[in-house]
Amino acid sequence: MDLGLILSTLDATLRLSTPLLLACLAGLYSERAGVFDIGLEGKMLASAFAAAAVAAVTANVWLGLLAGLAVSITTAGLQGAAAITLRGNQLIAGVAINMLAAGLTTFLGIQWFGQGGRTPQLPVTGRFQNIDLPFANELAGVPILGQIYSELISGHNILVYVAFLAVPITWWVLYRTRFGLRLRAVGENPKAVDTAGISVTRLRYQAVLITGLLCGLAGAFFSIAQGSGFGNNMTAGKGFIALAALIFAKWKPVPAMFTCLLFGFLDALQIRLQGAEIFGVGVPVQAIQALPYLLTVILLAGFIGKAVGPKAGGVAYTKER
Amino acid sequence: MTEPVQNGDNLQQRPSGAAASDLAQTDLAIELTGINKRFGAVHANKDIDLKVRRGTVHGIVGENGAGKSTLMSILYGFYTADSGEIRVNGTPHAITDSRHALALGIGMVHQHFMLVDNFSILENVVLGAEDSALLGPSLDRAKKELTRLAKEYRLDVNPDAIIEDVSVGTQQRVEILKALYRGADVLILDEPTGVLTPAEADDLFRVLRTLRDQGKTIILITHKLREIMAITDYVSVMRQGAMVDTLKTSETNPEQLAELMVGRRVLLRVEKTAAKPGDTFLSVENLVVKDDLGVTRVKDVSFTVRAGEIVGIAGVAGNGQSELLESVSGMRDQASGIVRLKGTPLSLEGDDGAHRARKAGLAHVPEDRQRMGLITAFEEWENAMLGYEDDPAYGKGIILDIPAAQAQARERIKKFDIRPANERLKTANFSGGNQQKIVLAREMERNPDVLIVGQPTRGVDIGAIEFIHNQIIKMRDAGKAILVVSVELDEIRSLADRILVMFDGHIVGEADPATATEGELGLMMAGVTDKKAAAE
Repeated sequence: MDLGLILSTLDATLRLSTPLLLACLAGLYSERAGVFDIGLEGKMLASAFAAAAVAAVTANVWLGLLAGLAVSITTAGLQGAAAITLRGNQLIAGVAINMLAAGLTTFLGIQWFGQGGRTPQLPVTGRFQNIDLPFANELAGVPILGQIYSELISGHNILVYVAFLAVPITWWVLYRTRFGLRLRAVGENPKAVDTAGISVTRLRYQAVLITGLLCGLAGAFFSIAQGSGFGNNMTAGKGFIALAALIFAKWKPVPAMFTCLLFGFLDALQIRLQGAEIFGVGVPVQAIQALPYLLTVILLAGFIGKAVGPKAGGVAYTKER
Repeated sequence: MTEPVQNGDNLQQRPSGAAASDLAQTDLAIELTGINKRFGAVHANKDIDLKVRRGTVHGIVGENGAGKSTLMSILYGFYTADSGEIRVNGTPHAITDSRHALALGIGMVHQHFMLVDNFSILENVVLGAEDSALLGPSLDRAKKELTRLAKEYRLDVNPDAIIEDVSVGTQQRVEILKALYRGADVLILDEPTGVLTPAEADDLFRVLRTLRDQGKTIILITHKLREIMAITDYVSVMRQGAMVDTLKTSETNPEQLAELMVGRRVLLRVEKTAAKPGDTFLSVENLVVKDDLGVTRVKDVSFTVRAGEIVGIAGVAGNGQSELLESVSGMRDQASGIVRLKGTPLSLEGDDGAHRARKAGLAHVPEDRQRMGLITAFEEWENAMLGYEDDPAYGKGIILDIPAAQAQARERIKKFDIRPANERLKTANFSGGNQQKIVLAREMERNPDVLIVGQPTRGVDIGAIEFIHNQIIKMRDAGKAILVVSVELDEIRSLADRILVMFDGHIVGEADPATATEGELGLMMAGVTDKKAAAE
């Protein structure tokens, strides 16, 4: 296999991992704080739609991003109110968000744009463009290292870089700051946090809002960075795969990145393999497309050993008698 | 047998009711006046007054539900009192939350530790008391501070150890260190020895004495009178939400305290006649049992229990008693050995081993009633038949005869004096002693030939202890064979007709409770046997 092919596959891997990684880190904040979030998918979808809709109308990608973030954070706040303040069931709150997002984006899409739920094709200024890093062109001629730099590392849109930068930042926040210590504690034993004189509710809201922010970035990536407009259910279950990656990574940021890269790689491979023949037999596209999902099941079922999540996860905190 | 004492005569005959009065205000670390707290219909604290002198260990005793923990939670700011005044060092404060209490120098060691299991000791100490947004400096300072505290109070811990890897005794040290790190001058400990082995408890008391001698004030909540007598300078007694009295420990005795706690005379020693042992009912031969990790915990143990006798197994927790109990009752597979019931080998292997054992006439009251003996989310009557639900008395075929089951539960509630007397109440809402009675009633009323009881009175009120002991003796006198395992040496000594001591998976000795001294038993529990001593 030549270097060019490898690099282009890896390049696709980075691109395809990005929304997974953002969503996975989003889930990490919330779940580490003890709020299970299966509403990642819904928040991403809502953000993708809002970002595309605003970018389509204003032809401004930044306004689009802001709209996506605002919608996602608001949705997260809503979910937080249900799961934290009202002590509702966290799984059901997440499911509700997913259903709401799926229905509302399609409905509003049809109402506003009349294109079967899709938003109009975005103008160039309505999309994040790929960024060429300094000296990318000059170094392209240098064998291997130069090629890796110019083809693999350079030439992605800003959200890709943001996603991969978010990994060390998350690690640092989690393990090197007061907020991180409290965040980890509140997901394990909220009573310990409460008796230490720290508000459990406040901490959990903070975590959930960060989740909203990162989901917003992930959603915007779909519609105004990778794609050029919103399409029905365009997140295609990536929120759930991100959740699987989170469990596989045992709720840790760096393993989360590698897990998302693995899923992204499978996705890239899947695209590459479409139409390929194995032993002279054409493999149906659907079978190949199912690969990443199949792997999710296999990994989760057998290969992670015992994944013990944050102990207080999924349970609303009540000061008991 | 035990008539209630009229308020006013016996209760007034105490050495000195003035122990805590006529004190200069400045001597008082804590002064509570007229504290009231209601939870719905429950009046948990009724007009409580309490004075705690600085530099003393002050005990608060009372049965479960007497309001001790509520009172301390008010002092610690976890709850707010409905009315009343709190003075700390003579100054009145309205303590609004635990952070406020900490700022006033009041620290609390909760009964269930408030630790994050997967954090290091250092991280747990720092949590909530960080100096700045960045962790590094806080952790460095805490590490230095821990070294200092360890030296000053002889509280050694490894700051980098993870909580879930260290012993319960160490976890408790961390709780104490947490409070000291936050500058606590008044330390409240809620039932601190409930989870500790005797050795760990002794160690805790040593630490508490050191703290007191260095000028700290300790408030110790407990229902164990032995601890009150051993460590406190003053003791306050609570009953049903009210403060009954405050006494100088040196001027009182366990009998008087028990009476104040329960409101009637209580027998602290079990009264029983000599055993009349009959045929061998239970015989255990060369039993070997491994734990979940494959470690051999019971090593070639043989013993018998005869009809009409109580055999007690003493030992420090974790020397194989739990595995022995679980194996003989069919809950854990044995590696080798035979268990016979009236001479017939019992088949105890597999998931239904316990079921077959019960069918054969071997009843079991497990050590950990909440985890193994009951489903606390069930109503009382459901637990009252749990494990026997396929008995024809509870209905035929797949239909459950609920009225019959509930009627039987009501009968047992009466017979065993289970309170509150409501078979429809969720089991979690019963106190520890009453939960234990539910399990005991279920197992005893099957009239088994052999009854195995693990930790009969762990976490049980003093009044209920008396009742439970009497029930066990009644069964013995009815000609049943009884095996009791307890880490409370006092309990074994007063209840058993024959004591076996377990150490490191072996039965290292047998003793007659009438003649064996606590010292002799203590040596055996530490693994020092005559044979070993002779060999040296």
